[in-house]
Amino acid sequence: MAASLQGQGGTAVAGRGLAKKAWSRQRWTMLALIAPAVGVLLVWMIVPLAMTIYYAFHRYNVLYPERFGFAGFRNFSLLLNDPMFWGAMGKTLILVGASLIVTVVLGIILALVLEKDFPGRSIARLMALAPFFVMPVVAALVWKNMLMHPVYGLLSWILGTIGLPVVDWFQNWPMTAIVIIIAWQWTPFAMLVFLTSLQSMPEEQKEAAWLDGANAVQMFFKIILPHLSRAITAVVMIESIFFLSIFAEIFTTTGGGPGQATTTLSYIIYTRAFLEWNVGSASAGGLFAVILANIVAIFLIRLVARNMQNPEKFG
Amino acid sequence: MKLGMIGAALAVALMGTSAFAQETRLTIATVNNPDMITMQRLSAEYTAANPDVKLDWVVLPENELRAKVTTDIATKAGAYDILTIGTYEVPIWGKLGWLVPFDDVPADYDIEDVFPLVRAGLSVDDKLFAMPFYGESSFTMYRKDLFEAAGIEMPEQPTWEQVKEWAAKLHDPANKQYGICLRGLPGWGENMAIISTMGNTFGARYFDEEWKPELNSEEWKTAVGFYVDLVNNYGPPGVTGNGHLENRTLFAGGNCAMWMDATSAAGYMFNKDESKVVDTVAFTNAPVGPVPKGNHWLWAWSLAIPATSQNAEAAKDFIYWATSKEYIQKVATENGWAAVPPGTRKSTYAEPEYIKLPFTQPTLDAMNTADPTDPTAKPVPYVGIQYAPIPEFQAIGTELGRAIAGAVAGQTTVEQALDNAQAAADRIMQEAGYY
Amino acid sequence: MKRSHLGHAVLGHGLAFLMFFPILWMIITAFKTEIDAFSMPPILFFEPTLSSLNEVFARGSYSKFVTNSIIAALGSTLLCLLFAIPAAYQMSFFPSKRTNGTLLWMISTKMMPAVGVIIPIYLIFQAAGLLDHIMGLVLIFFLMNLPLAVWMLYTYFKEIPNEILEAARVDGAGIVEELRFILLPAAIPGIASTALLCTILAWNESFWSLQLTASNAAPLTVFIASFKAAEGMFWAKMSGASMLAIGPIVLLGWAMQRHLVRGLTFGAVK
Repeated sequence: MAASLQGQGGTAVAGRGLAKKAWSRQRWTMLALIAPAVGVLLVWMIVPLAMTIYYAFHRYNVLYPERFGFAGFRNFSLLLNDPMFWGAMGKTLILVGASLIVTVVLGIILALVLEKDFPGRSIARLMALAPFFVMPVVAALVWKNMLMHPVYGLLSWILGTIGLPVVDWFQNWPMTAIVIIIAWQWTPFAMLVFLTSLQSMPEEQKEAAWLDGANAVQMFFKIILPHLSRAITAVVMIESIFFLSIFAEIFTTTGGGPGQATTTLSYIIYTRAFLEWNVGSASAGGLFAVILANIVAIFLIRLVARNMQNPEKFG
Repeated sequence: MKLGMIGAALAVALMGTSAFAQETRLTIATVNNPDMITMQRLSAEYTAANPDVKLDWVVLPENELRAKVTTDIATKAGAYDILTIGTYEVPIWGKLGWLVPFDDVPADYDIEDVFPLVRAGLSVDDKLFAMPFYGESSFTMYRKDLFEAAGIEMPEQPTWEQVKEWAAKLHDPANKQYGICLRGLPGWGENMAIISTMGNTFGARYFDEEWKPELNSEEWKTAVGFYVDLVNNYGPPGVTGNGHLENRTLFAGGNCAMWMDATSAAGYMFNKDESKVVDTVAFTNAPVGPVPKGNHWLWAWSLAIPATSQNAEAAKDFIYWATSKEYIQKVATENGWAAVPPGTRKSTYAEPEYIKLPFTQPTLDAMNTADPTDPTAKPVPYVGIQYAPIPEFQAIGTELGRAIAGAVAGQTTVEQALDNAQAAADRIMQEAGYY
Repeated sequence: MKRSHLGHAVLGHGLAFLMFFPILWMIITAFKTEIDAFSMPPILFFEPTLSSLNEVFARGSYSKFVTNSIIAALGSTLLCLLFAIPAAYQMSFFPSKRTNGTLLWMISTKMMPAVGVIIPIYLIFQAAGLLDHIMGLVLIFFLMNLPLAVWMLYTYFKEIPNEILEAARVDGAGIVEELRFILLPAAIPGIASTALLCTILAWNESFWSLQLTASNAAPLTVFIASFKAAEGMFWAKMSGASMLAIGPIVLLGWAMQRHLVRGLTFGAVK
């Protein structure tokens, strides 16, 4: 990293030394390289956002197209005065937070175990990786029906066989059950990133960490965890983007219930849009979701941005 | 597809409609209920007889389908030629002018043969907007072997109080035998179907005459309290995850002593590949509470044509085929009489092979007495037993269903659940401008 | 040492097996009869049958759904790479003051929840004739994955020593040659894992694909939805359909996992 930084410094100096004409041609080239990506994303951001803002200030129900009209802040105030909405905000944060913690912890454990060479390691890696490729809907169906079903599910049979009471997952532990499903899908992703990161650790350091069995725990906290810190930030960042908009898992398993136990922000927007057909309210909810996402993001981006700007910290 | 359709339309306009052998593609949106899957399979015969018609199937679960089809029809996108919708949607969409009326039903279709209450449910101002594919009411399914062993005699008209007593007697969770199975999965078409009928017969109603919701009335509290108590004490584990099909599996697997649900489920109990209760299942009326009204619902999955369809005539032809007497005969020869689409035609019930099946007479009785125009003790501004045919009901019913599931799971009390649902319903009705 | 070696192997395989087990269970169930699929205690030894799979195939044209999934996933991924590689190249080798801001802004476009904007997008698609058109899905998945692709490539490119590119520049290579002959070969793991991630995300996306397609452009997520709910209790058929839906992407993922382990750095490698 340090080398490449010096290299970039060199380019900048060389750039300054170029003739003015060449420099301006290079600027155009630079622009041509980045403009397409920035351009489409700009459109992709502005158009839906503008439409959402527009609808959020309007009364628009799909089933009553003739009642369209300006609504001022009514959609927002109705939403903010709805206790369900605040509950959903909380549920969203709990879901994201819990899933993040579980995936990161399990991801580190798996990565540590599968990083070290052992017979059949590549097969084990393939097995551990597979859940990441599974469609959310399929994951939810398999867990809900075949594993967690209280009467016919495998888990309830296992618990019953070893003499434990049967757990009624989606009725009594709905949020936990959903976090388990999400964690199952995303732990492999975390594991991959951590594996990549662990592989870049100098051999001697790793050897030391593993050989010194007496101090394994210390080694983990003193050497491995600091080395992984950047990878953890990256995983947290990427995963929170996906977790904030988790929908299929909830829709397929609990439908937001029982009661409001698993009604997250995305789910509440869904019910506004596709049960009430209230586009105005759904759009207002969408804007709140964007705000929430950005609050979470600012917090995360700070971490990442600090890391990106100070690469030399990672020695 | 779109280009093709425009092209076809242009060509038709240029050449005149006569003698034009263009292939017609019908896009059919349907729910993935087993009867529709059978229709999809048998439709090969229809396309064989009509080689110029090609059928594109969009098969989805009820909720996904409803969301898609409503978006499509409300925005006039026009992706579908045939929709599978129920007695809830047909009056609403018919009134909005979204559906093509069936005003020229051919004589050999014998429209008089279709149950009058079902026909009424699919009409707006005496205009028929959909054809019923299968219809259902609700009744009680029970295990006569267990009842006999316990020395209980099942009357023709049980009451909910009796049901509770029996459920307590027959509940044996250690052997995976549960006293009663009832829908608990939240949704206006799931748990609310059964809870609505309980509400009716306990004297409750959804709205007063001014369309003000009454979800936290004393009657609702009694009815829902009774329901929660019943399923929590004598039901299987995981009630809030059990919809119609989960309960069907439980009952067919011999895990339930009683099950109050759709009459259309009865046929599956006689399928030896799926059912362990072929010889032990029996049927009687849906239980009543203090009010002998609205204790069994009325529903018909029906085929309709959106006004945006370019192929309305071809679509009609297919619908006539799929809802005809001949189609029912065809299913009977293929899969046996127990598997025919029930609840649509009198002639089906005149069939000696069919009427001797144990569930058909109770079904017929229930279909003939489920009166959507008089479902409740107090007057209501709507026509419908387990729903009110207004666009807002879908959301209100689902909210209420979710709140009750929360009460079943013990997250809130029944009172809190109903208060929450009432607040949500009040907001929805206000936003919609009813008051 | 040897014993700990064995212990480690057991631990590794044990954990990996636990992760894989739900998939394995699904595959086993796909070859059971419906009655066996339900039996409690679970039946482990049985005569495998293809009857459930056959019924799944009889129900709908799997080939149509899988073709749509392939076109949508690969098409959108190609577009992603086409737009993301130049942008990432520019940002990592010629960074300016704005680069960090641009990157973060790009990522932030991913934070708009799909459910919140579905109706506006639906109306746009309808006007543009993209509803139930495979190009509509390609477009949506492309836009959905582009920010992530740029970011992943950016972090990967940053690890490629600048000297390699400079040497080429001294030799008089133009920007296209530089990209094609120098950068791309050096960045294969990064590009491959980016492509794989985009493909996976597009393949598994279920919300947009369910809302924006009907019959012509419906991908496998719609196929699997038709086995949901009502079929919830037909576990053998549901498992068979699930297996068919995830099969191709799992095989692809496995085939490319070597690249994934090297390419998913997110700037996390020293």
